[in-house]
Amino acid sequence: MASVADRLYFRRRLVNAMSLVLSGAATLFGLFWLVWILWVTISKGVDAMSLSLFTEMTPPPGQDTGGLKNAIVGSLMLSTLAICLGAPVGIAAGTFLAEYARSRKIGEVIRFVNDILLSAPSIVLGLFVYTLVVRPTGSFSGYAGSVAMAFIVLPVVVRTTDEMLRLVPSQMREAALSLGIPQWKVTTQILYRAALPGIVTGVLLALARISGETAPLLFTAFNNQYWNTDMSGAMPNLPVTIFQFAMSPFEYWNQLAWAGAFLITLFVLAVSLVARTLLLRKKTHHD
Amino acid sequence: MQTASAPPAAERSHRLDAFGDWAFRNLVTLAGWFVLIALGLAALSMFWGGREAFEEFGLGFLTSTEWNPVTEEYGALVAIYGTVVSTIIAMIIAVPVSFGIALFLTEVAPAWIRQPLGMAIELLAGIPSIIYGMWGLFVLAPFLADNVYPWVDEKLGTLPFVGLLFAGPPLGIGMLTAGIVLAIMVIPFISSVMRDVFMTVPHRLKESAYALGSTTTEVVWDIVLPYTRSAVIGGIFLGMGRALGETMAVTFVLGNSHQINASLLMPGNSIAASIANEFAEATTPMYQSALLALGFVLFIVTFVVLAIAKLMLMRLAKREGN
Repeated sequence: MASVADRLYFRRRLVNAMSLVLSGAATLFGLFWLVWILWVTISKGVDAMSLSLFTEMTPPPGQDTGGLKNAIVGSLMLSTLAICLGAPVGIAAGTFLAEYARSRKIGEVIRFVNDILLSAPSIVLGLFVYTLVVRPTGSFSGYAGSVAMAFIVLPVVVRTTDEMLRLVPSQMREAALSLGIPQWKVTTQILYRAALPGIVTGVLLALARISGETAPLLFTAFNNQYWNTDMSGAMPNLPVTIFQFAMSPFEYWNQLAWAGAFLITLFVLAVSLVARTLLLRKKTHHD
Repeated sequence: MQTASAPPAAERSHRLDAFGDWAFRNLVTLAGWFVLIALGLAALSMFWGGREAFEEFGLGFLTSTEWNPVTEEYGALVAIYGTVVSTIIAMIIAVPVSFGIALFLTEVAPAWIRQPLGMAIELLAGIPSIIYGMWGLFVLAPFLADNVYPWVDEKLGTLPFVGLLFAGPPLGIGMLTAGIVLAIMVIPFISSVMRDVFMTVPHRLKESAYALGSTTTEVVWDIVLPYTRSAVIGGIFLGMGRALGETMAVTFVLGNSHQINASLLMPGNSIAASIANEFAEATTPMYQSALLALGFVLFIVTFVVLAIAKLMLMRLAKREGN
């Protein structure tokens, strides 16, 4: 009898050991690809790194000198405007969800829709802004590109603002309201201050998310081979430049594409790292 | 008015406050509604833009494999087929791997490694998809073409029935490569959702099972998974929504072909890739309308998938009591 029980126990332990090993193997498998991608990006990017990236314009086909200056500046302008458009609306909408519609049906619906917008294909947003802005105005423009990216910023900021405001203890609201402070002042001067690290984190995550977005720019900001800081015209930008240069047969263009990819990856990782440490510091603070 | 007795300055400030409250309330309400309207407008604008294609081809738009800008004949089936097939390949690879990673991060790994490893995976989920696409084109596709696909063609391509899927010249780019790149892209995404979900299981439940002598595997299959089933499915659907609409990662490696091929080694197309490749060059109104109609189809499909995902995830959140 004992031997049957032993065998059974042995079998269970064997199955257990096997599945634990498998889960470790899955983790190694997943990390393997990601490390490979990161390593290729870094090694190819570092190879292509030079000062001329930041001082010279994107070259015409076949030329073996040139940089990404116009694309970098264009991308910075587009992202800045996108944040300026998307973040205030997002913070306001998040405030509505957390402070004015917390347990109302409309709040539930908006939260649901916002979560869908959060994962909606970015190319669809590009098409949307094309019909909304580009078609009526008749030309590709930096403004259209920024609007398209603002629609990606929006749900990220709405979500984090909503979550962070809801984390603020309600005693704080009650204490302030009982002093006779009007609600809008309670929200803007007390609750926002308490939730500030979280809200900033949301904006930073949104920035990280849009800085590599290519699909929504393809037919809104389009691209521009030349120096352009006029947002009403087609804007040069890093992601679409990378796309075009990587798909081309020219060696030097491919090299520049890797340099651009490296810059974007570095920027995205740095921004999201800062965002996460901000949030982490806040968490440990509350414990 | 009772307030007449109050000093005029106090009354003024009171009225200012009331106005402030009113203005602020309306401002944030407007912003809240804006989110709702934005999604509706997005759907409407694409439907409106694609109406010429829908009118011209009717339901045949969804079932025709013809895509010819010269004769102005458009059908979405090739793109839909490519989107669905590449997503299926991606999910077949990504779901078990993500499950393994989530399991490792919550039950197996030593405590000190869980947080840094989880954070690393989350950071990697933030890498822009264009980087995945470039890596797929320049590194993975040549590697597969040289080392893997010849073997696949020779060994699997000669099998009955399934052979059709794997027979073909080792081009490197194609459906299978796109599926693999997509899988690598959604793995960090799905695994971090699953990890968060697994962490909601009450310790009491797990500890009771351990106290009865269960092994870790048994705890996972009999306690953790039944408790989180709907949310796990939600996480998978969330990843699927990502994979369906992903543009840049697949545009590089799909090969932009407008034919359906039985073989997964042959180039194909997807809805998102068609739009990305062709929209800027679509000069005729009908061409543009057909691409907008494609966008509308993609929007509806991802909307449904994401809505299911969200509902599944909400079921667990409800039980959690928040």
